[in-house]
Amino acid sequence: MASRDDIKFLSNPTIGSQRKKYCRFKKFGIKYIDYKDSEFLLQFINEQGKLLPRRITGNSLKYQKLVAVAVKRSRHLGILPYVADLLK
Amino acid sequence: MNQYEVNFIIDPVLSGDEIKSTASIYETLLKDQGCTIVHVNEMGLRQLAYPINKKSSGVYYCIEFTSLTGEVIGKMELSLRRDERIMRFLTVKLDKYGVKYNEDRRSGKITSYKKKEAKKKPYEGIAPVVKEEIIAPVPVPEVIVPEVIVPEAIVPEVIVPEAIVPEVIVPEVIVPEVIVPVVVAEEE
Repeated sequence: MASRDDIKFLSNPTIGSQRKKYCRFKKFGIKYIDYKDSEFLLQFINEQGKLLPRRITGNSLKYQKLVAVAVKRSRHLGILPYVADLLK
Repeated sequence: MNQYEVNFIIDPVLSGDEIKSTASIYETLLKDQGCTIVHVNEMGLRQLAYPINKKSSGVYYCIEFTSLTGEVIGKMELSLRRDERIMRFLTVKLDKYGVKYNEDRRSGKITSYKKKEAKKKPYEGIAPVVKEEIIAPVPVPEVIVPEVIVPEAIVPEVIVPEAIVPEVIVPEVIVPEVIVPVVVAEEE
């Protein structure tokens, strides 16, 4: 009875195992972050318009710094808000 | 030879001609100082993320230019600062990736980022179609299975006349059908 080929694990083995984080700039070869592209930069800020930490976005240090600069430039130009509520 | 990019926001209260003339002032200023203008991007009237000078919208301009020395930028920024029609400005030096990005952007190789929600929906639409295809063939083998049993069912029918059981019980034959293959397996 126990020798069914389709049953290999008692529970789903993918539950609890975290997906590996990666730096999207390194993976897809993005070299320049445009500070005028608000839709792209929205991925790196939270609902209040704050920058998301590296441990959540998975960016490498080099690109996290560039993201921070790009977000700050777009804030200055009024493309992204300094403070917001329910941004997403 | 460095490439720079200057962004500025013009007051939207001005008329269309005045806005264009203010933008062209800075173009000519840069040209007079010996810069070559690569591209002028009119981004048009845009909503601001927060009010600047009690205004909620502004006309965006972006001028890309190359210059041998950065001395022009000081002069240009001074005049931008003195100009009441300019709400905000930002000058950026472009690295080689920035130059390439802007070229690709102009030639249409790079488009602005869009959310992936639109892509997910067609994928979910395809998935149920696949499931329906799987369900359709399943009843087909079920139909074949009773056909295989039918010849085996002839064996109990032969036994029935020996017992002289009335033919009314024939619908109950379904029960012996299940047992018969088990007996055959033991014989083998």
